[in-house]
Amino acid sequence: MAKELLKGNIAMAEAAIRAGLEGYFGYPITPQTELLEWMAERMPALGRAFLQAESEVAAINMLYGAACTGARVMTSSSSPGISLMMEGISYIAGTEVPVVIIDVVRGGPGLGNIAPSQGDYDQIVHGGGHGDYHPIVLAPASVQEAIDLVVLAFDLAEKYRTIVFVMADGNIGQMMEPAELPPMRPIKSEYPDWAVRGAMGRERRILSSIYIDPKDEEVTNYRLMQVWNQIQANEVRYREYFLDDAEYVVIGFGTAGRIALSAARMARAEGIKVGLLRPITLSPFPAPQIESLVSRVKGILVVEMNAGQMLNDVQKVVKGRVPVEFYGRMGGMVPFPDEILAEMRRMSQEVIPLDGDPRQRWMKRFAPVIHWNN
Amino acid sequence: METTLAAQIVYQRPQSLTEAAMHYCPGCTHGIAHRLIAEVMDEMSIRERAIGVAPVGCSVFAYNYFDCDFVEAAHGRAPAMATGIKRLLPDRVVFTYQGDGDLASIGMGEIVHAAGRGENISVFFINNAIYGMTSGQMAPTTLPGQKTTSSPRGRDVETMGYPLRMAELLSNLDGAGYVVRRSLHDPKNIRMAKKAIRLAFETQLRGLGFSMVELLSTCSTNWGLSPLESLKWLEEHMIPYYPIGDFKVAEALKEIKV
Repeated sequence: MAKELLKGNIAMAEAAIRAGLEGYFGYPITPQTELLEWMAERMPALGRAFLQAESEVAAINMLYGAACTGARVMTSSSSPGISLMMEGISYIAGTEVPVVIIDVVRGGPGLGNIAPSQGDYDQIVHGGGHGDYHPIVLAPASVQEAIDLVVLAFDLAEKYRTIVFVMADGNIGQMMEPAELPPMRPIKSEYPDWAVRGAMGRERRILSSIYIDPKDEEVTNYRLMQVWNQIQANEVRYREYFLDDAEYVVIGFGTAGRIALSAARMARAEGIKVGLLRPITLSPFPAPQIESLVSRVKGILVVEMNAGQMLNDVQKVVKGRVPVEFYGRMGGMVPFPDEILAEMRRMSQEVIPLDGDPRQRWMKRFAPVIHWNN
Repeated sequence: METTLAAQIVYQRPQSLTEAAMHYCPGCTHGIAHRLIAEVMDEMSIRERAIGVAPVGCSVFAYNYFDCDFVEAAHGRAPAMATGIKRLLPDRVVFTYQGDGDLASIGMGEIVHAAGRGENISVFFINNAIYGMTSGQMAPTTLPGQKTTSSPRGRDVETMGYPLRMAELLSNLDGAGYVVRRSLHDPKNIRMAKKAIRLAFETQLRGLGFSMVELLSTCSTNWGLSPLESLKWLEEHMIPYYPIGDFKVAEALKEIKV
C-alpha cells in the first residue's frame, strides 16, 4: 500500500475496518465525528453493522451487547461522551469482553471546547468507571501511529479479553498527514468459546458482570489483576529519542510528545543534551523505562496538554531522586516548541530542587503566560 | 378383560427452563411470565437460537432459569444491549425481560429509541407498579395515591407526576410492529398473555419491527398483601389505569392464528 494524505479520524476508522471490524456503534461529537461518518459510509457497504445510537450511553451498551457475540467491535467518542460511557465501560470490564474505544480528546472540564487536549488521561488511565479494572491505553503521536495502534488495539483486546482505548488528542483526529493503511484482513470465521451466539448443540452460555457472592467477586477481581500483571509485564510500549547521552529527559505522550521532540532537537542544536521518552502505552505505564533513567539523568521535564495528570505517575516512579519539572497547557491550548525549549534551557541552567511540588512551581511560572484578558 | 392405560404426561417443565429453583417471593408472577416465555420458545423451537438480555431488578437472575444463551445488562440498558447483539446476529431471536423501573424509568431513552428504530427484538415488560428488588419504592408506573417506601403518604401527582402507560406510548412509534398489554392475574388472562408472547416472537421472526408485551404483575411482598389479595388488587386497581388491549398490531400479524 502506498502512502496517502489521510485525516486522523478517517484513517483510524479505515484502519479498524481493515482490522476486521464487524460492528460500530457511536454518537456524533466533535472533534471525532468524521470517524462516525466514515463508518456510516463504509460499514453498510461492506455488509457490516453500523448504528448511530441515541446517546453515548446507548452506544456503549450496544457495543457491550455486540462484544458479547465475540465479534470485533468498536465505538469512538470525545471526552464528554467518554464520561457518559463510563457506566458501560465498567460493565464491559467486569464481563471481560474485548472492545476497542477511540477517544479523540477535547478541552474540558464540562462542555469545555473542541480544541485538542489530553485532559482524559486520568479518567481513562486511572478509571472513571466503578470498581477495580485497568484498560490498555494507547496514545498515538501521528496519523500513521494512530493507524498502527488501532490495528494493535483489536489484537490486544482479544488476547487479554480487555478494553483497549486509543486516546488520540484532537490534533491527531483532525490533522492530515501522509500515512499508509494496512491491507484488508478478513472477518474472523471462528468465535471464542465464551461468545454468546445462541446455544446451538451446546450448553448455554451466560455473560454477566454480576458476582453476587462477594467471595466470587473477589476471585474475579483477583483474576483481573492477574491479567493486568501479565499486561504490565508484556505490553509496555514507548519510543525513545536521543536518550543515550541525555542529561535531561522530557517525558510526553501524543501531540505533546511530538512537539517536545521538535523542542529536543532545537535544544540539541544549542548543545543541551536533551532526550525524549514518549510513552505509547499510557496504561501499562512505562515505569521500568523511567526507573532506568533516574540514575542517569540530571532532571526530568514532563510535558502534557493538561494540568499534570501523567506527572503524578512519573513522580511515583522517580520518588524525589532526581529533579522533576512540569510544563502544561490546558483547556484546549497546545504548546509551541519554543515554550518547551525555554523550559529545557531553564532546567540546564538553574538548580531545580528535589523536593517541593513541580505543579506549584509551574503554576507560578505559567501565570504570566496565560491570556487573562482575551 | 383388563386394559391398561399408558401413562401420559400432560404437564411438565418446558425444555427452555432450567431446573434451578426460582428465587422469587410467594405470590410473585415472575415465575408465570418466565414459564410462558419458555413454553413459547419450546413450541416455536427457538431455544437454540434465542439470546436473552436480563435487566436489573428482581429478575436480574432471569438467566439462571432460561436454558438459552443470556447476557446481563446494566440497569435500563437491555434494549441497547439487545440491539448490539441483534445487529451482529440478525438471524438469532433476541429478547429482553425488564421491569418497570428498568424499562420505564432509567431505561426510557433506550426503550423509546429501540422501538423507534423498529429494532427487531422482543421485549417482555413486567409492570408491577413498584420497585421490587430495592424493596418497595415508587416506580414510574406506581398508581396515583399508591403508598410506597418513597411515597409514604401515597403518590401525589402534583409533586410526583403521573404513571406512565408504556404500551400506549410505544405503540405510537412507527417502528413498533406489535405492542400489547396483558395481565397475569387469572388463568384466562394468562392464556391471553401466552398468545401475545407467541405473537411478539412471530413479529421478530418475520422482521416486522419492535415487539413488546407488557405484563401486569403482582408484588405481594412490597404491596404488603397476601398472594390472593394481590391478584385482586391488580384486577381492581391496575387494570382500570392500564387497560388490557392491543395497541399496535402490524397488518401481517393479523392473519396468524395461535
